[in-house]
Amino acid sequence: MIPLAWSAAMVGYALVFGLGLAGFLGWVERKQSAVLQDRIGANRADVFGWRIIGLFHPVADGIKLMTKEDFVPRHVLRPFHGLAPALSLGCCLACLAALPFGGEFQAFGRAWNLQPWPSPVGLVYILALLGLGVHGVIMAGYAANSNYGLLGGLRGAAQMVAYEVCMAAVLAGPMFLYGTLDLQEAVRAQGRLIAGILPAWGVFTQPLAFLLFLVAGMAASKRIPFDLPEGESEIVGYHVEYSGMKFGMFMMSDFIENIVVCGLGAALFLGGWQVPFVALTGPLGGAIMLASFFAKTCALLFLLMQVRWTLPRLRFDQLLDLGWKSLLPLSLANFLLTVWGCYLWR
Amino acid sequence: MAVTVRAVSRPARGWLEQVYIIEVLRGLGVTFRHFFVNLWRHVLRLLGLRAGPGAVTIQYPDEPAVLGRRARTRHRLLSRADGSPRCTSCLLCETICPAKCIHIVAEESPDPAVEKRARSFDIDIGMCVFCGHCVEACPVDAIHMDVDQVELASYTRSGMIWDMKSLLQERR
Ligand code: SF4
Ligand code: SF4
Repeated sequence: MIPLAWSAAMVGYALVFGLGLAGFLGWVERKQSAVLQDRIGANRADVFGWRIIGLFHPVADGIKLMTKEDFVPRHVLRPFHGLAPALSLGCCLACLAALPFGGEFQAFGRAWNLQPWPSPVGLVYILALLGLGVHGVIMAGYAANSNYGLLGGLRGAAQMVAYEVCMAAVLAGPMFLYGTLDLQEAVRAQGRLIAGILPAWGVFTQPLAFLLFLVAGMAASKRIPFDLPEGESEIVGYHVEYSGMKFGMFMMSDFIENIVVCGLGAALFLGGWQVPFVALTGPLGGAIMLASFFAKTCALLFLLMQVRWTLPRLRFDQLLDLGWKSLLPLSLANFLLTVWGCYLWR
Repeated sequence: MAVTVRAVSRPARGWLEQVYIIEVLRGLGVTFRHFFVNLWRHVLRLLGLRAGPGAVTIQYPDEPAVLGRRARTRHRLLSRADGSPRCTSCLLCETICPAKCIHIVAEESPDPAVEKRARSFDIDIGMCVFCGHCVEACPVDAIHMDVDQVELASYTRSGMIWDMKSLLQERR
């Protein structure tokens, strides 16, 4: 009974983590861009005159999207039109289950695992679901039954396939180093210290992989320099025919994909829930684990958002060139070097 | 006249720029610097340690719009010292107006020194393109566009037509 309730609680935590952070990201995106462009940003939504620097805007957005008319044009392919946003969002949300939000701690005579779904193949699961999420984009483009939607969907397909491959190839290096596909194990493997001072985080042991992972992750989650599937200035993208909450679901799944990518980055390269030089035990340790993982994910998200407001969008051929001709060879080279290094070390 | 050609040398893209990643980091540096400097300003302002706005944004409906000194805004008609409108109904402004939105009906002026005056003078602000030609054309400097009033919306088309009486009201 208790294990079941605990699992349910952890799944709830994962959902709150993903959905809450996604709503919050909408605010961060606006405010961050505003501050760095010498503007003020959205600050009009208020409750009884309280504005608290625009924090009510995500709530207002939610209410607006929920109450907006869900208009379905007559020419769309009905079943796929409805299915696409659900598939997109569902795949991203399911990814959250395998993130190691925290490690294991002992309390009340048993071990409590802070990972919603402890799985020996957590990484494969996340990569597979991220790959499945592409189908939502393609399906939406196809169901739109118009050239623009289809073009957006096709771009999305080409881009995401290219970068999912790169992502898997990039992660081969650190995974070989940690010797596991279990995310929890991978985090634990980063708990050592190198030469007694430097934590053995992936960012120090696999710096090139970290960089490549960030690029591939950004591209796989369709962030701006890589937002070709949407590309507002050229085509409007795979979600042209969506309105109301269905459109909101695409936005949410983009944000949650970001969160998953950043969570994965935090787990594999920033030591996950580890805090250097501190052994975390007991319920207090558990809380610190959760906070540490949260902080690291947020730091990566912040970096991702900053990149969005710094770089211009790539052209489509540049994007595919970067993926297939630079990222993939580099990640394979990184993998080979890692394997060679490990072989020499042993 | 000989054509002067000046060759501008483009900055060469070396290996470091081609790699792109260093340039990306430099760009990130610029945006990060902006972000944190502005954030620091906002925080200081919030704590009351710094006066003035934290950003260049003008919160328009709350704060008045800032217009340039030479901004062309709503028209006004100027009057003589005795209070009568200066306009002599020469129709130059009506003729030059590219939007054809000035409508003047002339009548004889009781003043023997002035030939004509306007009986009615209507400007359809809804049609006006704010080119300022009417101001330039007027030989007696009777019309200006310096009221600094930009909120000119109305619920009806007829509400956008300003007649002589309202144009004569000086609001400056
Ligand atoms: S500003 Fe131009 S368009 Fe407007 S009334 Fe004068 S001449 Fe006509
Ligand atoms: S140009 Fe001047 S004087 Fe002539 S009709 Fe227009 S406002 Fe009156």
